Amino acid sequence: MATLFDINLFALFGQLLVGLINGSFYALLSLGLAIIFGLLKIINFAQGAMYMLGAFIALLALKYMGINYWFALILVPLTVGLIGILMERFLIRPIANEDHLYSLLLTFGLALIIQGVFTHAFGSSGLSYAVPDALKGGTKLPFMYLPNYRAWIIIVSVLVCAGTWWMIEKTKLGAYLRAGTENPQLMQAFGINVPLIVTLTFGFGVALAGFAGVMAAPIYSVSPDMGSNILITVFAIVVIGGMGSIGGAIITGLGMGVVEGLTKYFYPEASNTVIFLVMVIVLLLKPAGLFGKEA
Amino acid sequence: MNNMKLNLCLLALALLAPTLLYPVFLAKVLCFALFACAFNLLLGFAGLLSFGHAAFLGTGGYVTGYLMIHSGLTPEVAILLGTIAGGLLGAIFGKLAVKREGIYFAMVTLALAQLIFFFYLQAPFTNGEDGLQGVPRGALFGLIDLSDNMVMYYFVLVIFIAGYWLINRTIHSPFGQVLKAIRENEDRATSLGYDVNHYKWLAFVISAALAALAGSTKTLVFELASLTDVHWHMSGEVILMTLVGGVGTIFGPVLGAGFIVTMQNYLSGGEMGNYIHIIMGAVFVICVLSFRSGIVGQLMKFKRNNF
Amino acid sequence: MKRTNTSVLSTVVSGAIAATMICSAQAATDGQVKLGILADMGGTYADICGSGCVIAAEMAIEDFGGSVLGKPIEMVSADSQLKPDVASAIARKWVEDEGVDTIGGLVSSAVSGAVSKVNADSKNITLISGSASNSFTTKACNPYNVHWTYNVVALANGTVKPMVQAGKKKWFFITADYSFGHALEGMASKVINENGGEVLGNVRAPLGTTDFSSYILQAQASGADVVALANAGNDTVNALKAAAEFGLTEQMDVAGLLVFTPNAQAMDPATAGGMRLTSGFYWDMDDETRKWSKRFEQRHGAIPSMIHAGVYSVTTHYLNAVKTAGTDDSDIVMKTMKETKPSDFFARNATLRPDGRMVHDMLYVEIKKKEERKDKNDIYKIIKVIPGNEAYSPMLPQCNFS
Repeated sequence: MATLFDINLFALFGQLLVGLINGSFYALLSLGLAIIFGLLKIINFAQGAMYMLGAFIALLALKYMGINYWFALILVPLTVGLIGILMERFLIRPIANEDHLYSLLLTFGLALIIQGVFTHAFGSSGLSYAVPDALKGGTKLPFMYLPNYRAWIIIVSVLVCAGTWWMIEKTKLGAYLRAGTENPQLMQAFGINVPLIVTLTFGFGVALAGFAGVMAAPIYSVSPDMGSNILITVFAIVVIGGMGSIGGAIITGLGMGVVEGLTKYFYPEASNTVIFLVMVIVLLLKPAGLFGKEA
Repeated sequence: MNNMKLNLCLLALALLAPTLLYPVFLAKVLCFALFACAFNLLLGFAGLLSFGHAAFLGTGGYVTGYLMIHSGLTPEVAILLGTIAGGLLGAIFGKLAVKREGIYFAMVTLALAQLIFFFYLQAPFTNGEDGLQGVPRGALFGLIDLSDNMVMYYFVLVIFIAGYWLINRTIHSPFGQVLKAIRENEDRATSLGYDVNHYKWLAFVISAALAALAGSTKTLVFELASLTDVHWHMSGEVILMTLVGGVGTIFGPVLGAGFIVTMQNYLSGGEMGNYIHIIMGAVFVICVLSFRSGIVGQLMKFKRNNF
Repeated sequence: MKRTNTSVLSTVVSGAIAATMICSAQAATDGQVKLGILADMGGTYADICGSGCVIAAEMAIEDFGGSVLGKPIEMVSADSQLKPDVASAIARKWVEDEGVDTIGGLVSSAVSGAVSKVNADSKNITLISGSASNSFTTKACNPYNVHWTYNVVALANGTVKPMVQAGKKKWFFITADYSFGHALEGMASKVINENGGEVLGNVRAPLGTTDFSSYILQAQASGADVVALANAGNDTVNALKAAAEFGLTEQMDVAGLLVFTPNAQAMDPATAGGMRLTSGFYWDMDDETRKWSKRFEQRHGAIPSMIHAGVYSVTTHYLNAVKTAGTDDSDIVMKTMKETKPSDFFARNATLRPDGRMVHDMLYVEIKKKEERKDKNDIYKIIKVIPGNEAYSPMLPQCNFS
């Protein structure tokens, strides 16, 4: 077996690939937050709860309405997005002109309520959601066994991330959005309905979290605290990537997956912490994040 | 004069309270009140949102706890050293963080605090998630035994008043005025010749040291230091206390801390226990939607409108 | 103006003097039995010992008749949030301010340790049902600890020993990086080494890890016969899920060292089916357990975990001892508890040793495969009953509080 400095190279390849898979999942998760936090400047602490909601709705839809995974991939983000739209319209908009802190407090409260209700209704132990038949099994690579579902995660993440990036950076709609969040008065004067754009964008960002929830359901235990565990990591990714930069969040998500994967191999105890070390270093060297524009 | 009377009434209340209420609970409220006041010095008067204040609370707690268990020092010395440790940590954090603004400032403090959390989680002397249990309260100056809850409460009250007084003095000093100027308009303060970052850094160190003082005292009250105090949830909790009480008001954080601690205390027991998160969440949502200026801010508004 | 201030001040001073004169210490021996149940109401272990623990204690009090020593039995409950500082604060308030005689429930070793410390100082009894650490009857033993249900020693002996003896010699650990995980790994490693096996390696995963795939790859690369999961709750469920996904379950055995019934229900039967583990209780063992479990299920909405049953059992034993002793004095009650053999649907062939360890028959069970299950509650089949003295380690002389 090939070894280098006592490190099993095959094992290292495996870890790198797993890191990349997790990274693409992080990218997917960070994408929604990058839009809401980076573009709209709303500190949405309920993003984790929305992710959890996505997983639970998929599970309940399967159990009670027989809606399978494939339909859930479309229906769940729409449902979660709708919840997000209602949330923005009736709760966040009234405080839109206040300090950003208040949106933090509000969404934190909402997250507590949602998580509390689900813990109460479904218990804390989590439920399991089966991998769809078409994606069962796996492929034997020379250095590891790659489950098909994980390969599917990479493909879907890349497609969704690229699509979103293209929509925001390259289309007219995206241009309105960027301009509308940067200079709302001016855009309003041009006759563009900025509040509507904000609402829809928020809905889209939340829907992405719901989508990530459906993607996660078959591989992780579907439990009420699944969102709060991952939330702070995702915030860190968006900040490291540079707030307002969609591409930054995607690349950072991938990168952090790999860094975390290597940490899990060499010093697993620190795997939850390494991202914060990266964040400190990045922010000290590049104040606006890796891909952010310095003011 | 009016303020003087109010303060004396509050003092009387604080002195008499333990005859009616459980003294350890009151001491806990005071510790968190001091913590929130220290935090508010940064957020309310220098406009800096730290998302890592738990690191200082916890450092104070661990240092004091460790010294009380292993060194045989008297409690006031252990508390002092805990406070200094927190202040030193604050000096390092501050140096790194004050150059950043807004969300980035919050995120740098959060990230640094997470590193500190990891340190306390892994360091052998903290006993991981068991924490430092059975910290002796010791005897104040080697003379006054603190193991009685009443005595402990009055000791905490003295510390709280000292800390509160110090914060008050800081806010009303020329230094505090400069901080306010920076909060209102940083560029103008710079153009007036103030070294803005230095002022921010000083405020950060004072705030960190006082947070550590709160943590040190809390460890003595509960005879325990644990990871809860360094977890980011604690950094979030102190933001909530300050917001609920009223950002930028001097007394707001005290009320906010009292409110949140009482609510947790009340909800954690009995039938309501199952709904604790839901109710807390609802309180925050309602606060944001209708009482944004916090309890004290709302009271002041009421007074302005009606008197 | 000056006069008002002086008069306020004098009120203050006299008030303070009055305050210090009221003594804060409470005597627990007041003939009024009051139980406190500390549980995890909204956290990770809420299903294992949350409101269910409160219900189990309520049932014990009702079945006992609701009163003892001529007074109705009182009960309070609270949420420990799994934090030792919160738990210690509540325990303190209970024993110092509210006259609570004994505290039960207690999930998470950090919580139990903090409460046990408070109780030992004030000579109150701690009835630990939910925690796994064996420290309460070893290095942190005290005369007021009662440890019911299970501990890491019983888990390691019960699950690991038969596997090593069956020829599974090489082991790899995926361990939760906190003291419970370390204790469980340590105990299991000891059993492995004593029985001629070897531990090839371990990884320490932070508590609450969601993605175990990296650790599963490391376990796969180790070439072990068995991968042991020294963790609990969602960590175990997630680790097992990843193990199945990456094909580990087809190459090696996976041993979940601590699995509670709600976790077993949360696992996909296709992957968990056939896994063997040790439990202190199974609801469907015989008529007696079924009878109680059905009553519990009606009130709680789910079948009891071993901790729920343990809470009922230890509460009943405590109340019986109070009745026999005719007092709620902790020392006398404790002596009576240790002299009488506990016996109910939960505690079989049981004794409460002088060190506070309740030794009883443990169950070695196998998780049923999908086709073997009648309904969602039909999860284990019992392979064998492990006699208490084989499951638990002998008493340490320094912990003999007879």
